[in-house]
Formats: sequence, C-alpha cells, structure tokens
Amino acid sequence: MHTVKWRRLSNPGGASRPPDAATFEQVVLPHLDSAHNVARWLVRDASLAEDVVQDAMLRALAYFSGFRGGDARPWLMQIVRNVAYGALATRRQRAETSFDEDFDGSGDETAALHVADPADDPEVALTRRQDLKQLEHALAALPAELRECVVLRELEGFSYKEIAQVTGVPVGTVMSRLWRARRTLMSSCSKGFDA
Amino acid sequence: MTDDGCDEIRLLIQADMDGELQPAEAARVGAHLQHCPHCTEVQGQLLTLSDRVRREVPSYPASDALRAKLAASLAAAAPPPRRPARHWRLPLVPGAAFGAGFALAASLALVLLPLHGLGLPEEVVASHIRALQPGHLMDVPSTDQHTVKPWFDGRLPFAPPVKDLADAGFPLAGGRLDYLAGRPVAALVYRRAQHLIDLFVWVGDAPAGLAASGSRDGYNFQQWQQDGMSFWAVSDLNGQDMAAFVEEWRKS
Repeated sequence: MHTVKWRRLSNPGGASRPPDAATFEQVVLPHLDSAHNVARWLVRDASLAEDVVQDAMLRALAYFSGFRGGDARPWLMQIVRNVAYGALATRRQRAETSFDEDFDGSGDETAALHVADPADDPEVALTRRQDLKQLEHALAALPAELRECVVLRELEGFSYKEIAQVTGVPVGTVMSRLWRARRTLMSSCSKGFDA
Repeated sequence: MTDDGCDEIRLLIQADMDGELQPAEAARVGAHLQHCPHCTEVQGQLLTLSDRVRREVPSYPASDALRAKLAASLAAAAPPPRRPARHWRLPLVPGAAFGAGFALAASLALVLLPLHGLGLPEEVVASHIRALQPGHLMDVPSTDQHTVKPWFDGRLPFAPPVKDLADAGFPLAGGRLDYLAGRPVAALVYRRAQHLIDLFVWVGDAPAGLAASGSRDGYNFQQWQQDGMSFWAVSDLNGQDMAAFVEEWRKS
C-alpha cells in the first residue's frame, strides 16, 4: 500500500499538471485532420483508419499530462503511428490464425486500391484518371517506412527533425528513406519525369 | 539517377528542396549544380515529383461522423477520473474518511470495470503485440531498475514496483507507458533469451471472473493481484517459463 504515491497528482502547481480537457481540445484536437490523413495513408483502409484515430486520440488524452508543451502535432502523430502499426499487426495476426477471414476481403490491406471506379465514360476518361491516380497508387504501394516519410513530408509538411521524432529514427535515416521513396516513385511513374 | 559519385550531394539537393539547408550548404549545392548536368536533371525531377505529389495525391481529412464519434468518446474519457485521483488512495487506508469524490469515483469504477473486463485478456495481448512493432517497445530502455523506476515518476498516478530478475534469467530491459482498459498503465519489459515479456501494472483490482492465466493468439498471459495493484504478464514464452517468471517476480 505504501508503494502507492499520489504526490505528483495532488500537487497542482507541479510540473506535471493533470490533463485539462479544454487544453487538450485547444492543443491536440486541431490536428485531427492531419491525424486522420496519416492514419489513412499508413493503414490504407478507410474504416480501420477511423478506428486508429479514435484509439490514438484516447491515448493522447491519457498521455496528455506527460506532454511537455511545444508543437503537439509530431507528438500526436507518434501516437497515431504506433496505434496504426499495432492495428495492422493485430489484423495480420488474425488473418494468419483464421483462414476464413483471408477470403472475405475485409482483412485485405490493399482492398481499397482494387476497387474499380464507377466508369462514367469511355477509355479517354479512364486513361486520364489512371494517369492522375498513378502516383497515388505508387505511393500506396511503397513499403510503410518509406511511405510514412513521404506522407509526413509532402502531405503534412513535417520537417526532417519532426519526421525523425515521429518515426524514431535519426535524421540521416529520414533523408535516405525519403530519397529511396522518391526514387521509387519516380521510376514507377517514369513518364512524367523524362528530362 | 546514375551512380556517379554524386550520391551525397543528391541528399543535399533533396534537403535543399525540402528547405532543410543552411545558406552555406545551399550555396555549395548551387555551385555543384552549375557544373553537373546530371544533378541538375535530378533536381528537376525531384521538384516535379514533389509538385505532382502535392497536387495529385489526395489527403483524407476526418469525416464529420468521426468527429462526432470522437467528441462523444473523448467526453466519456475526460476527467472527472483525474481530479478524484487523490481520493483513490483512501480505500487502501483503512479507517480514513471517504469523501464524496471518492464515492463518485468508486461507483464509476464499479460500472466501468466489468465492461472493460470482458476483453481484458484480448486487450493486454493486443498491447503486447503492438509493443513488438519496431520502436514501440520501450520509452525508457534500461536494465537498471533505478533508472526505470524514477522514469515513471510524474508520468503515472502511482509508482509501479520495478525489479530486475537478471539473476533468475529474466533481465529487465526497460519500461514504457501504455494504455489499458481506459487507464494509463506501466509496462515493464523483460527478456528471456530471444523472448520478450511485457508486465503491465496498474492500481486497482482486475475485474472478477477472469482466468489467472491463459493464451490468446499464441501469446500466454498470467495475471495476479498484489499490494493493491493488478499485474498482467504477457509473452510468447511457453507456459512453464511464464509461470517461472511470475513466481520469481512475486517472491523477489
């Protein structure tokens, strides 16, 4: 019983004050769109992404007392990323233990990519759309550790340092991953990059 | 895109485009580009790619439905649970006066625990699997219990007991914060050869009616109560080693 100490929490003037709902709303919630975008690109599945964001936000609320100020966006994205990879691992695990789930399509990470667009008109429209989607598909097909760097850098405008913080690797690794990612994207959409 | 010894400068060209270079470095890149047509071509390709990604790749903002769902679940999870935290100590001190805040917190706990309890083994195993992802296992990697224990100070509303069982073949590897059954918990990480053991610790009893041990998805778990805290050990260790770990932990 005497190992239980509440000293920190019962001292409201201390460095780690209890989380405050209003502050959480001001500091963390404004990044909800970013959080969802990153989750969506990491798990590549609309409904799983929503589950991930829900879970991540609840965790963020629980951890908020440990947040030391500064920009909450990389801090939040670190949580989103952890939850996203955890959700993917759990789903993979389930898929491996249950053969039935392998074939119902709901557990397929790439399912979202194979859904055909409702074709409105002939081949011209289709080709144009395919051109536009070529890069999107190439990005979705990148290995996760490369994809996350591109999404954080190009779609979310994170600095190298912030990406390093989110992904837990040194800045040098971020640079080389971005380079590899971009080289792969360029070669898979080579048409647009002929000099 | 050929390997002609410009690899290092290409990372700098990329960094320049990403706005990451100091003026001096940027000038160095500029000077190189002036006499290297290959790198100039690469720079053009990088700029085109960056531009195309921003224009052609969709972003996915949160839907209104998600916002609404989130608002509800955040409201449900937000304090009160925090403020009465200091009162939670009271049931551990016999004879102490019970405040109204504690009565409320206790009734909340009674309502919440059975609900969460149903999936607790699943939740614990899922947390363990999540932690096995690269970079997720430890917030404080250390084999020294005197480093790990103080790390939790101020991060949790209780002080989890931290023990090193290296002598028994289960060296401490570190710790992290986790989140289980709607509350922040301590996770201590131990090693046994190539296997990892997560030991989750929080204040309060586990819901009644849960098995003391079992397995989910190929992971074994064992749980017990001690000193007013709940302990859950999870690992891919076999049942025998798992039992040995728990025994060592409880008697040390």
